[in-house]
Amino acid sequence: MDAHPYAFMAVLLAVATAFPLAMLAVARLWFRFFQPPKPGAVKNDVYECGLPSSGDSWIQFKAHYYLYAILFLIFDVEVVFLLPFAAAFTSFSAGALAAMAVFVLLLAEGLLWAWHRGHLEWM
Amino acid sequence: MEITPEQKDELRRHGILLTSLEELYNWGRSHSVWPLQFGLACCAIEMIATSMARFDIARFGSEVFRPSPRQADLLIVSGTVTKKMAPQVVRLWNQMPEPKYCIAMGACAISGGPFKQGYNVLKGIDRYIPVDVYIPGCPPRPEALLNGLITLQAKISGQSISGPDAPRHLGSADSCEYPVPEFGGHDLEPPKNPDVWQPPAPARAPKP
Repeated sequence: MDAHPYAFMAVLLAVATAFPLAMLAVARLWFRFFQPPKPGAVKNDVYECGLPSSGDSWIQFKAHYYLYAILFLIFDVEVVFLLPFAAAFTSFSAGALAAMAVFVLLLAEGLLWAWHRGHLEWM
Repeated sequence: MEITPEQKDELRRHGILLTSLEELYNWGRSHSVWPLQFGLACCAIEMIATSMARFDIARFGSEVFRPSPRQADLLIVSGTVTKKMAPQVVRLWNQMPEPKYCIAMGACAISGGPFKQGYNVLKGIDRYIPVDVYIPGCPPRPEALLNGLITLQAKISGQSISGPDAPRHLGSADSCEYPVPEFGGHDLEPPKNPDVWQPPAPARAPKP
C-alpha cells in the first residue's frame, strides 16, 4: 500500500516535536540532579552592577509631557495626510478639498492654540 | 570493569573513543567558560588585549564576555580591589550561578600588590572569594592570562560531579551566599570571610 503523499509531513512534525521535547527533558533531568538552585537575597537582587538597588522601579513621570505628545501628534498626523493630499492635488473634487481643508485647519488651530498658550517655549 | 588510562589510549589509537558522562560534561563546560565582563584596573587592559585578535581568547572558548553576572561562569578579578569596590565584587560573585570560578589576575588582586600598604586597598580578593587560579605579574601579559585559563580548564576537567569530591554547590543543603562586606569605621566589616581565608600563621624562629 502506498503511503499518503504528505505522510512525510506527519513524520517531520512528530520528529520536530519530539526532538526539542527530549532535549528539554534531558536538560531538566540534568538540572534536577546536578544544578540545584541556590537562590538568595543578594543573588535575586534586581540590579546587576554590584551596587545595591536603590528606590523603586515604579517612578512617577512628569504629567506635563502630555503637551509634547499632543504637539507631536499634530505634525505627525498632518504629514501622514498631507502627503497623499499633495500627490492627488490636481484631481480633487470640491467636496474633498473642503473636507481636507477643515481637517488641516482644525490641526492648525490646535497648533495656534499651543503657540498662543506658550507651550512651544522650551520649559 | 574499570578501564585504565593505558587501555583508553590503546583504544583511542584504534579509533575508539570511550568517555563517561562526567568527562563529557567537564569537557563541554571547561571549553565554554564565559567570563564576566568586568575590569577593575590596569590588568583589565591586558584582559581586553587577551580577548582581541592578536591573543584571541576565543581559541579557548572563552570569548563570550557576559555583561551580566547571571550568565557568567568566571570572574576575572583584573586589578586592584579597593575597599570601596570590594562589596561590589563580592555581590557580583554572589549573583553568578554555580558552578562558578574565580581567577585573581595580577599582584593587586592576589595580595594588594604595590598598593598593599595603602589604607584603602584590599589585601587580596581571596579574603572574600574562593580563588581558583592566581596569575602573578604586574600586570600579567595576555599569555599569562591564557595560561591561567588553561590551568582553570584543567581544574574543571578534574572535577567530579558526584561523590564526596563533588563541588560545594552540588550539596542541596548548603547555601552558596558569601557574606558581602560593609563599610565599617576603619575597615570593611567583616575584614575577611573565615570560611574562605585564614591568615597564615606567623613563622617565628625557635627561641634559642
